[in-house]
Amino acid sequence: MIEIKDLHKSYKIGKNSLHVLKGINFSVEEGELVAIMGSSGSGKSTLLNILGMLDEADLGTYHLDGVEIKNLTEKTAANYRNKFLGFIFQSFNLINYKSALDNVALPLYYQNINRKERMERAMSYLEKVGLADWAKHLPNELSGGQKQRVAIARALAGQPKVILADELTGALDSTTSYEIMNLIQEINDEGKTILVVTHEDDIAHMTKRIVNLKDGVIIDDRKVKQVKALENV
Amino acid sequence: MFSLERWLEVFEAISKNKLRTFLTGFSVATGILILVLLLGVGEGMKNGVEEQFQQDATNRISVYTGVTGVEYKGLNPGRRIQFKNQDYDLLVKNFGDEIEYKSSVYRIWTGLASYKDKSGSYRLEGVLPDYQFLENAGMIQGRFINEEDQEAFTKNVVIGKKVRDELFEDENPLGKLIEVRDINFKVVGVFQDPGGDREESKVLMSLATMQRVFGAGQDIRNLSFTLPKEESFDIALKKSNALISKLEAMLKAKHTVSPIDNSAINISNSIENSKRFYDLTANIKLFFWLIGLASLLAGIIGVSNIMLIIVKERTKEIGIRKALGAKPMSIVGMVLHESIFVTAVSGFMGLIIGLVLLEFVGPMINTEFISNPEVSFNIAISTVIVLVIAGAIAGFFPAWRGAKIKPINALREE
Repeated sequence: MIEIKDLHKSYKIGKNSLHVLKGINFSVEEGELVAIMGSSGSGKSTLLNILGMLDEADLGTYHLDGVEIKNLTEKTAANYRNKFLGFIFQSFNLINYKSALDNVALPLYYQNINRKERMERAMSYLEKVGLADWAKHLPNELSGGQKQRVAIARALAGQPKVILADELTGALDSTTSYEIMNLIQEINDEGKTILVVTHEDDIAHMTKRIVNLKDGVIIDDRKVKQVKALENV
Repeated sequence: MFSLERWLEVFEAISKNKLRTFLTGFSVATGILILVLLLGVGEGMKNGVEEQFQQDATNRISVYTGVTGVEYKGLNPGRRIQFKNQDYDLLVKNFGDEIEYKSSVYRIWTGLASYKDKSGSYRLEGVLPDYQFLENAGMIQGRFINEEDQEAFTKNVVIGKKVRDELFEDENPLGKLIEVRDINFKVVGVFQDPGGDREESKVLMSLATMQRVFGAGQDIRNLSFTLPKEESFDIALKKSNALISKLEAMLKAKHTVSPIDNSAINISNSIENSKRFYDLTANIKLFFWLIGLASLLAGIIGVSNIMLIIVKERTKEIGIRKALGAKPMSIVGMVLHESIFVTAVSGFMGLIIGLVLLEFVGPMINTEFISNPEVSFNIAISTVIVLVIAGAIAGFFPAWRGAKIKPINALREE
């Protein structure tokens, strides 16, 4: 599903150049649930942003579902993001003036799906994350955990190939975190490929594979025995 | 622009962001309102000044007759041309729509007038009621010659201020009888004339009375009339020249005068004197146009500013939308669509409020220098359109920049 070879990325800060990713080789099969771990500054978020086409690599190749991602124009990047990817952010990033339902329906708007079908599909994903009763509520009327569920429903709504989650439990207490991870595990069990960036060990162990990043290189990449989140709740 | 989906999306953004919508709309609406009021007051001031200086605008034309200078159709030169009442009727019939005030005049250069033991020699004139406006005569006492005097051959006269001062001194002349060439006339009014003493040493009566009493038959000495005020001096000049040449040709044909004869029919035109007035009103107009343009510019800057703030405020939302697959053009379209819609609606609201204010409050204002403030609907509506277009152009650049921000940076925005 994801194939990365010799990926480099550096940022210019003033006169200095900060080499963040120093040759990453990494691949993900369909249906995997992968945690990318590392301390802050290890380059894990940069890697995720490049995977999400929110940022571009300086060197190296990146294939997503067999399509080489390079020299993207804004337009094609938008197209790929819309078709291939679903995002979940630490800070939820819901549009605050839109109801939960409208937030979930937004990726479908950019797929040019008509309003009626958008609303139906969005509703079914809200049901899936258990928030059907909250469909008409605005984000600021929801708890953190509920917001993240809406974000997950939104990430699923576009029927992406891969879901990318950046510290998705970072703003939540541990009970809520485990509930959210449980939802992620359920979605993964249905066959969806999911990448989770985290610096929390317990969250990482709820995935099936942990990739450890340090100073811009992968120092460790191993399959782990998945801890079911439900057991911790 | 016309997709229903986009409209729904825009309406949602508008209705869920009431404060933002209100502030944008409010500033655009007040901008347009002020502009409309300003243009209205400018127009009112122009009207007021025009009223004050109205008399200077008159383009007075007088037609006199003389002696033919060249032989024509077998008629010898040296023939005197005499205007009759029918020449006046011809003028009214052919040019009545184009001229403003009109009068034919019969004149006796010297006539002895006396009251009690005082007497003086004055010019006698038989005139029509419009003559008051042709001469800019202001009534100090009583009234001017009217239609009734003309139709009933009344022996009523209106005397100049100098005549009153000389014959009556401190006595009230109204209703008193004066003797003019041994005939008694009743004084019904006293006038003053900006022309001074010479113009005020006149005794006026109706033309019909004069012709009958002094045995002039149908004779008249000259035709006088004015042309209405025009947009500009050039137009006024063009119209008056056109009218004069038509009138001259007509009168020459009627009196069998050669087209090249310069002495038989003389037309004098005072239009050059009105140039100053036209310059004045043109300057007032120019002044208010400059103020109007300046406030329009201020409005455009204001709208641009708001657009910039809106885009800034929506940066994070733009980032989210881009992460979900929004293309740059769709972002630009969304921002512009909303802002054009809001500026247009609120612009028209400001316009309507302004027009309503001018319509209902305007007539109440009537000071010396402001009268009937109003604004042309076309001008007002084009300012709204200009403002909306300018807002769109000014909004395009921040929207475009917003769409160009990398989503990763936009998302980091708090």
